[in-house]
Amino acid sequence: MDFLSQIVNGLGIGSIYALVALGYSMVYGIVQLINFAHGDIIMVGAYVTYLILVVGGAPLWAAVVASILFCALAGVLIERLAYRRLLSQNAPRISLLITAIGVSIFLENLFQLLFTSSAKSMPNLFPGPPVSLGGLQVGRVTAITLVTSITLMLLLQLLVSRSKIGKAMRATSEDTGAAKLMGISTEMVVAFTFAVGSGLAAVGAVLYCGAYPLINPYMGNLLGLKAFVAAVLGGIGSIPGAMFGGFLIGVAESLTKAAGGSQITDAVVFGILILVLLCRPSGLFGSNVREKV
Amino acid sequence: MEMKNTDSRLSAAAPSGQKRWVSWLTNFLLVALLYGAFAVPIANKSINRYYSGILIMICINIILTVSLNLVSGFLGQLVLGHAGFMSVGAYTSALFAMNSGLPIGAAFPLGLVLGGLVAALFGLVIGVPALRLHGDYLAIITLGFGEIIRVLILATPFTGGARGLTVKTRISRQPSVYFTWAFFIAALTVFIVYAFIHSRHGRSVVAIREDEIAAEAAGVNTTYYKLLTFILSAFLAGVAGGLYANHVGALTPVKFDFNYSTELLVMVVLGGMASITGSIISASVLTVLPELLRDFSSYRMLVYSIILIIVMLFKPSGLMGEREFSMKKLIGFLRAAGAKRRKPGGGKGGA
Repeated sequence: MDFLSQIVNGLGIGSIYALVALGYSMVYGIVQLINFAHGDIIMVGAYVTYLILVVGGAPLWAAVVASILFCALAGVLIERLAYRRLLSQNAPRISLLITAIGVSIFLENLFQLLFTSSAKSMPNLFPGPPVSLGGLQVGRVTAITLVTSITLMLLLQLLVSRSKIGKAMRATSEDTGAAKLMGISTEMVVAFTFAVGSGLAAVGAVLYCGAYPLINPYMGNLLGLKAFVAAVLGGIGSIPGAMFGGFLIGVAESLTKAAGGSQITDAVVFGILILVLLCRPSGLFGSNVREKV
Repeated sequence: MEMKNTDSRLSAAAPSGQKRWVSWLTNFLLVALLYGAFAVPIANKSINRYYSGILIMICINIILTVSLNLVSGFLGQLVLGHAGFMSVGAYTSALFAMNSGLPIGAAFPLGLVLGGLVAALFGLVIGVPALRLHGDYLAIITLGFGEIIRVLILATPFTGGARGLTVKTRISRQPSVYFTWAFFIAALTVFIVYAFIHSRHGRSVVAIREDEIAAEAAGVNTTYYKLLTFILSAFLAGVAGGLYANHVGALTPVKFDFNYSTELLVMVVLGGMASITGSIISASVLTVLPELLRDFSSYRMLVYSIILIIVMLFKPSGLMGEREFSMKKLIGFLRAAGAKRRKPGGGKGGA
C-alpha cells in the first residue's frame, strides 16, 4: 500500500510536470525553440497568485484566474519583444536560445529585486481531509492536482485536434511557410501558442504551490528543467507524450525519494534524460523525422 | 590581452616561409611585451595585491571565455555548464596537489593537466549522447550537468561540501610568480585555440556551424569534430579551474553555479561569436567592470540579461563579429593612413 501511495504521489507531482511540459512541447513544435523562460513563467504565476491571495486578500479562484491571464499576457509579451524579430529573420538557433536564456535570467533577477531572494510562504491553498479512493488515502492536494491537470490536458488535446485554431497550429507546426500561403496568420498562431502554454504554466504554478508552499525567484529553474526532460522523454512536440513523460518523471522521482535517495533525485532525472537520448532520441511518442535539405 | 595576429588567409595565399617566420616573431615579441608591461609593476610592487589579483582573474576568465567561444562561436553549439567543467578541474587539481605527496613545483602543473583531463572525461560522457543528435540538446544537458555537479560536490565528503575546500598547498602566494603562470597559460590557450581553428580540423568545425548537413555531405565526420571541439573546450575549462583553485585558495560549490556559466556566455556573446580577440577584450572588460561598480552589484545580472537580449536582437554576431586583431592589418592600415596624409585623395596604400 505504501508503494501504491508513493506512485500516486508521483503521479500528482508528475501531472504538474506534464502541464509545464506541454508549454515547452507546443512552443517547440511550432517554432523549434526551447523556451528557457517557460520555467520562470511558473515563478511569475506563483508570485501573482501570492500577491492577489495574500496581499490583496482575494479568494482563490480570483487569484487563479488573474494568474492565468497575467502569465498568458507575459508569454505573449515575451514572444513579441524578445523572439519575434529573430523568428521572422530566420536567425540561427543559437541566437534564439541565448535570447531565451537572457529572458529567463531577466525574469529571475527582476523578481529578486522586487521581492528579495528570501522565500515567501504560501498559505494552504487546498485545506481539507485526505480523499479516500478505493481504500487508498490520497492527499487532497494530490487529488485536486491530478483531476485538474488531466482535465486540462484533455481539453488541450480537444483544442488542438478539433478547433479551427488547433488546425492552424498543426499546420504551422508542419510547415510554417505553406501555412502562411494558405492564409493562416502564423504570427497570431505563435502568439496564441505562447499564451496557452503560459496559461497552463500558471495553473501548474498554483498546483505546485499547493504541494510545496514556498516560493522564491529561482523556483522555476529546476521545475522547468524537469518539465523539459519530461517533454523530451515523451517526444517533444507531442501532447500525449508530454503527459506520459511528466507522469514517468514524477513517479521516478517519488520512488527515488522513497528509496532514501532524496539527494540524488535530480541526478536520476537527468540520468533518465541521457538514457532516453542515447536509446530513443525522438522520445517515446515522437516520430522520427528525417532532416531534409 | 595577448593578440594572436597571424593572418592565415594572407599566409595561405602566399606561403612564403620567411613571412610566416616574421609573423611568429612579431607575435612572440608582442606577448613578451605585454607580459613585461604587467609583470614588472607587479614585481616591484607598484601594483598592489588587489589589482594583481584582478589581473590574474582576467587571465583565468580569458581561458574560460576563449574555450567557451570555441564551442559556442566556432562550432555553433550552446554550452550552459562551462562553470561545471571548471569546478571539476578546480577540485581535481586542488585535491591532487594536496594529497599526491609530490613537491608543489611538480604537483601544481601535473594537477592542472589532471584537472583538465578529468574535465575532458566529463565532457566526453556528456558529449557522446548530446552531440550525436541535431538540435539543442547539448544546451539542456550541459545546463543539467552544471547543476548536478554542484549537487554532487555538496554531497561527497572529500570535497568539503558546502563548507568549501581550503587549498592548503599552493604553488606560490607571490602575485608576481602566480601572474607569470596565469599569463603564460592564458597565452598558450589562445595559441592552441587559434591554431586549432586555423587548421584543417578548425575548418571542418566552422563548416559544421555553417551547415551541418552540407558539411556531412562534404565528408566531414560531424560527430567526431563536434566531440573533439567540445572535449578540448572542457579540458581548457578544467585547466582554468585548476588555476582558479590555486589563485583563490578556497573553493565553494556556490561559485560555480549557473550564474557564472551565464556570465561566461555573456562575455563570449558580447565580444563576438567566433572572435578570439573579442573574447579576450570582453573577458578583460567584464572582469574589471564589476570591481569598479561594486555598488551596482545587485543589478549586475539584470543588466547582463538585458545586454544579452539586446545584442542578440540587434547585432547577433557580437561587437567584434568574426574579426580578429592582426598586426599585419594594423601596419597596413597605418601605412595607408600615412600615404593618405602625404598624398591627399590618393586612395590605396600599404599591404
